[in-house]
Amino acid sequence: MSMLEAAGVHVRFGDRVVLESVDLAVAEGEFHGVMGPNGAGKTTFFNVLTGRVKPSRGKIRLGGEDVTGLSPHRIANKGIARSFQIMTLFDEFSARDNVMMGLPEFRARGLDIARAAAGDRRFAEQASDALAAVGLADKGDVRAKDLSYGDRRALEIAVALAQAPRVLCLDEPTSGLGSDGVQRLATLVARLKGKLTIVAIEHDMEFLFSLADRISVIHWGQVVARGTPHELQQNEWVRRSNLGKFA
Amino acid sequence: MIVGSNSSSDAARLVTPTMLVLWLVLATVPLWITRIGLYPYLGIEILIWSLYALAFNLVLGRAGLPSFGHGAYFGIGAYSFGLCQLDIVANLWICLAAAAVVAGLAGVLVAMFISHRRGIYYAFMTIAFGQIFWTLAIKSHRITGGEDGLLKIKRLPADFGLVSFDLTDNVAFYYFVLAVFAVGVAALWRLVHSPYGRVVAAIRQSEVRAAHLGYNVWLYKASVFALSAAVSGFAGGLFAMAQLAAFPDVMSLHQSGYVVMMTLVGGGLVSFWGPVIGVFLFLTARDVIGALTNAWMLYFGLLFIAIVLFRPEGIAGALSAAMQRHSLNALRRRGTSAMRLLVGGGR
Repeated sequence: MSMLEAAGVHVRFGDRVVLESVDLAVAEGEFHGVMGPNGAGKTTFFNVLTGRVKPSRGKIRLGGEDVTGLSPHRIANKGIARSFQIMTLFDEFSARDNVMMGLPEFRARGLDIARAAAGDRRFAEQASDALAAVGLADKGDVRAKDLSYGDRRALEIAVALAQAPRVLCLDEPTSGLGSDGVQRLATLVARLKGKLTIVAIEHDMEFLFSLADRISVIHWGQVVARGTPHELQQNEWVRRSNLGKFA
Repeated sequence: MIVGSNSSSDAARLVTPTMLVLWLVLATVPLWITRIGLYPYLGIEILIWSLYALAFNLVLGRAGLPSFGHGAYFGIGAYSFGLCQLDIVANLWICLAAAAVVAGLAGVLVAMFISHRRGIYYAFMTIAFGQIFWTLAIKSHRITGGEDGLLKIKRLPADFGLVSFDLTDNVAFYYFVLAVFAVGVAALWRLVHSPYGRVVAAIRQSEVRAAHLGYNVWLYKASVFALSAAVSGFAGGLFAMAQLAAFPDVMSLHQSGYVVMMTLVGGGLVSFWGPVIGVFLFLTARDVIGALTNAWMLYFGLLFIAIVLFRPEGIAGALSAAMQRHSLNALRRRGTSAMRLLVGGGR
């Protein structure tokens, strides 16, 4: 059974068909890359997986459970965490507080009005551990908006990891990063590979082809090719397209 | 941030140095207020409006929700207190509870309609509901007294079983309101610094991110609005006691605008205490400048414009920035002295 499965996902905005019968099956522990040109429907597909967009047709299943059309918070509670192409953090909070917000234990206490949020050391310790995992151990007290671009990208991943997700969806995680930042991220993702199910939209082909177990190519709202990086390199469509240059 | 507003060390503490100074000043108001040409009733008004503005700031400052019809809940609280006293039971505690509960329920009703909205649509919906409640208050003449208001409301005694306090005198009522204000501030302080307050502040910064972290954004927005309405209603109940009446004008759009101005001028967007500063400034300006000219609002309006243009973080933000500058300068001075000592320049 797949950890994450999309079957016949169809999304229409008015007259415009954005996704047409998209299928995806990601096994537990697999790193599945999603690539394709701008406007292909990749982010819309992510938005369907994470509840931001309700599909017109089709099903999304997480660990066999139908999660189609559930709101983002319910899908997050079921175990899908995501990062965003345009970074979305709580800018006024410190890095540690950002991560703390992702902890399931903190979320369970979200409606508690009687206790002090800063009073529980367990949360701070767990958040510090998540920061250390992405190389931000010494930046816990820095406000998110004061972090460098690369550190903000790392913080987004730390927040998602703090959610203890079953599936981690990364939307263009290397976007805007320099070569050092990409290398740092690649090391982090390589460490997570096998332990966590990851789906990543990515334009950096080197990053994707070196790390992904399988890759799906989306174009004009449809999956036009799918396979291991090696299989994709042999794929006629990919070879003929611009994407083939990188593959 | 102004002292005590947000630092993590202060966040877990219920009493801070800022609070102690504030309480000391407030506790002595009746001793000196007449000597500076003012009167104890002004102190009562400042405390009641401060509680109202702090409740309002839960929505505007903490949750970032632009509510411009909040006077409705203050007014509903005032009417509920009066109607409870006149038609149900003349018990202070029950009537104050009724003020909070009825305003809170009105808040729940409105929140259910508006909590999936954001920005300008949210603001317009709050105005629309505020106007509906205001119109109902004016038109329901047999219940509310219409434009004449609900009269003959009494300051009921504060009955503690073994002992009862008469609140008809302004000084006695001031101390009662001060005690209630202290409890209200402690509760709001705890709420703002609780996990719930943290989530609400997170939602202000990014609803999308909060939702994808598993927080039910609608529920938090609705509940903080209802809580704010309930505390505003409670303050409205106190206001009915203070005025010995409940009038519809506090529910009007322009009176709802006052609490927005107070909160923004004081610095509610950056500080817990901002609304209290704004209320103090607004009501004092009303009495002091109002004694000189009827156009006092013109001057307060100019101050409001100046603050929005040059200090959008309000007076609390300006004070905080000044304190930070002062600390930095002190550090620099100390650093320079240390350098002189190191290199022998001080000799």
